[in-house]
Amino acid sequence: MNPEGPRSAAVLPTAGPRAADARASHHDLDRVWSPPEGLYGWLTTTSHTQIGRRFIVTAFIFFLLGGILAALMRLQLSHAESGFLSPDRYNQIFTMHGVTMMFLFAVPIMEGFGIYLIPLMVGTRNLAFPRLNSFGYFTYLIGGILLYAALLLDIGPDAGWFAYLPLAGPEFSPGHRMDFYAEIITFLEISALVGAVEIIVTVFKLRAPGMTLNRMPLFVWALLVTSFMIVFAMPSVEMASAYLILERLAGTHFFDPAAGGDPMLWQHAFWFFGHPEVYIIFIPATGMVASIVVTFSQRQMFGYPAVILALITTGFVGFGLWVHHMFATGLPSLGMSFFAAASMMIAIPSGIQVFCWIATLWTGRPRLRVPLWFVLGFVFLFVMGGLTGVMLGAVPFNLQVHDTYFVVAHFHYVLIGGAVFPLFGGFYYWFPKMTGRMLNERLGLWNFWLMFIGFNVTFFPMHELGFRGMPRRVYTYLESTGWEPLNLLASCGAAVLAVGVLLFVINVLWSRARGQAAGDNPWGADTLEWTTTSPPPNYNFHFQPVVTDRYPGWTRGPDSPVVVGLKDDAHEVLVTTTLDAVPDHRTTFPPHSIWPFLTAVAVAVIFFGLIFTPWAIPAGAVLAMAMLILWFWPKHHVLHRGHEEDAP
Amino acid sequence: MDFRTLLSRTAPAALPATGLLLSGCGLRGSHHALDPAGPQAGAIGSLWWLLLVVSAVVFVVVMTALVLALTRYHETPDRENLPAQAHRTVMGWVAGGVGVTVLILFVFLVATLLAERRIAAIDADPEALEISVIGRQWWWEIQYENAAPWLTATTANEIHIPVGRPVHLKLNSADVIHSFWVPSLGGKRDLIPGHTNRLSIQADRAGVFEGQCAEFCGHQHAHMRIIVVAQPPEEFEAWLEQQRQPAREPQTEGEIRGREVFLASDCIMCHSIRGTTAMSQVGPDLTHLAGRRTLAAGVLPNTRGHLGGWILDPQGIKPGNRMPRHTFPAEQFHPLLDYLGSLE
Repeated sequence: MNPEGPRSAAVLPTAGPRAADARASHHDLDRVWSPPEGLYGWLTTTSHTQIGRRFIVTAFIFFLLGGILAALMRLQLSHAESGFLSPDRYNQIFTMHGVTMMFLFAVPIMEGFGIYLIPLMVGTRNLAFPRLNSFGYFTYLIGGILLYAALLLDIGPDAGWFAYLPLAGPEFSPGHRMDFYAEIITFLEISALVGAVEIIVTVFKLRAPGMTLNRMPLFVWALLVTSFMIVFAMPSVEMASAYLILERLAGTHFFDPAAGGDPMLWQHAFWFFGHPEVYIIFIPATGMVASIVVTFSQRQMFGYPAVILALITTGFVGFGLWVHHMFATGLPSLGMSFFAAASMMIAIPSGIQVFCWIATLWTGRPRLRVPLWFVLGFVFLFVMGGLTGVMLGAVPFNLQVHDTYFVVAHFHYVLIGGAVFPLFGGFYYWFPKMTGRMLNERLGLWNFWLMFIGFNVTFFPMHELGFRGMPRRVYTYLESTGWEPLNLLASCGAAVLAVGVLLFVINVLWSRARGQAAGDNPWGADTLEWTTTSPPPNYNFHFQPVVTDRYPGWTRGPDSPVVVGLKDDAHEVLVTTTLDAVPDHRTTFPPHSIWPFLTAVAVAVIFFGLIFTPWAIPAGAVLAMAMLILWFWPKHHVLHRGHEEDAP
Repeated sequence: MDFRTLLSRTAPAALPATGLLLSGCGLRGSHHALDPAGPQAGAIGSLWWLLLVVSAVVFVVVMTALVLALTRYHETPDRENLPAQAHRTVMGWVAGGVGVTVLILFVFLVATLLAERRIAAIDADPEALEISVIGRQWWWEIQYENAAPWLTATTANEIHIPVGRPVHLKLNSADVIHSFWVPSLGGKRDLIPGHTNRLSIQADRAGVFEGQCAEFCGHQHAHMRIIVVAQPPEEFEAWLEQQRQPAREPQTEGEIRGREVFLASDCIMCHSIRGTTAMSQVGPDLTHLAGRRTLAAGVLPNTRGHLGGWILDPQGIKPGNRMPRHTFPAEQFHPLLDYLGSLE
């Protein structure tokens, strides 16, 4: 081995010498990359597999909590004029259901999969900015806990996850409920933003040598597009919620028409984030679908470039649809026509993807295992939800069903059908990699069919309820409306759906202990994460692979080229060029640290304190600044160790 | 209509969706988007049937392709490379599918624009009747404005319109955002504070059409209902003329006593009865209360018993609404109900 200086540009891949010294380096790598033990280790780790798993588990717990809230709503709505929940409770519950599913479940779990899988898929040792990653997780966790604490204390937000002004403003929502919303949403979204930045940099700069952009797995492409969407969409909601904070805290009147403000400002800013949000959830799911389709048809992705272009197009066009949430607000009809056209146009890239998946199955040899069943369920539900989505682009029709249960049906078809089903497919698919054990196949099939049937029984009747005039977000309805039978049917479906999800939880708990051992690559999959052990070691790959084609999982053998010369006694990773992944230089990642956690706590102090007093800004800012200074305090021995040891 | 009859016979076989939609009693109801009572809802209904039929075909084709892809005979493929011939064939299908998608979307877009034009046809009609609708938490204030202010008729939660004549609704909100929606008459429009929105409706047949607020507006969003009563023009004119009048003078001793109770109570802090000294604009105008079909924004039928229950315990019926509980001794309460019940 002939290591160059840390900033020099040539680490040349050579055919792999797997010698005795390699076994020794294995021990060194493990020592360097393993986080400390115990609670301190839990708080300080910067390992992307640990943090990624943690994101996934936490987000799944929030999914279950959001599901419980949904079940409460279905109980309430199963009968006309039911007294099970008061309107006051119901409004908190439906608000928190939306907030949970959008902010605490869907985006974090997709980013969690990205954080876990992307370094493995691009063949590197950790995610870029590992301490920021740790910080991002703790902001997310603290934010989620604060929101649920508020709900349990009966001060949960109650003006909808969309928090329209002036209802969410100081005049019509006195008290602290909507303060929790405004502060914690602003705080939480920091987590999504930093996650996106980490993923973008990892994808662009840390890919294994030879993994040119046109050899990148589609899941990585999907997360890349998603992350860019997050970077452009989240600032819009951050701005909006910051305005809401100011409106409530300082009486700014941004949205108050009596003082020259305008409630429409909120809607534009919120939906400029809110619509891309749907694609931020959906695009990673398509990446999962692509992975599963390729693996289970044992066939390379048909139309790989077309699918990538479709992903990118979706990313762009997704920003041009927000006004279709506002067709009923009385905007000029010519302007709305453009958004109607864009809302329909987005079906083209989605169509391209669906056609390419079917073509891949067509040209391959499909093996019907549980992950593929979930993908098939996904195609069924997503095509249906997509078609009702196109219908909703038609302005006059939209005006009829907007804000009714038709829309509730539509977006659950696209979000549960389009994202949760692929996600469950992804659970079954990647669980062996994460734990080293397979999930039970038979329970998996029950899980799938109960969810699929339960889902359709729950949400299909809602289309008709919308036509019959049932608006969204109603805590009850009069018996004379005639909505009861279909609502009861939907509630029964929800029970079946819940049993399906419960079976999944049981399957995970059972299989984690007793599942069949998985081996490195149980599915015969094509991407790099399957070329390392299950679960992967803390340093991911003993030798970083050198990629020579698009399907390293299929083509790599024991003699395939690897990178040598990376230090095994420091957190050293290879940085490659953006387009062609040519080795560029090496860099050392910072080790585990407690400061990201403490910084997250300090920032939480600002936002949580702001609910009660403006003095939280100076107090929290000083605290946060102190934490940041400590976080970035130069540590001579860490930064310069490489130089010292390299010195001749 | 023929088209729909045809559909109801054939479509259920094609898609379970249609079966469910058409089998229900919904199409005969008084509040169903696909049971149009006017040209606006009619245009939307026709647009929907086009969207549904085309979408159903697309859905069936895609699902068939998916099933075939899974079940067709699969020769052992080379994982990485597809023979050029096979690739070309499949690419042809994919490209064709994308082409058809684009074409269908174009048809949808044109149909959308045409439907919009049909709906907007009455927007500029000079013969239209103008009605002002003001959204309030959680009821609707309705005003038939007149150049002579004393001829303005104010009512609540019940809009009367003449059959066959375009109606322009002028939509405003006094507090938060609401949305006006009567499915049988057409699409919805938001009532936004600081904005004046407009919505044109027209009923082509007489009837009572129900709707309710469609934008979440707080605690009692669920109970903010509205009814539209479409009447023959003469009947409507007679109704409007009557609504313009001040309240009927009390006749019986009970009614006279009831008015005294009303005017001495805190009812007048919120309500007005034209022709009396009660002139507050906070709650619904009660001048012709007894002529309305419902109480509490469509929640209760307008009977003496329900009115009494509403006055005594409005928070039990619509928790969180703006009307406080009241207690009256029986010797005041019955005259009060007599009086309110006489306000035809």
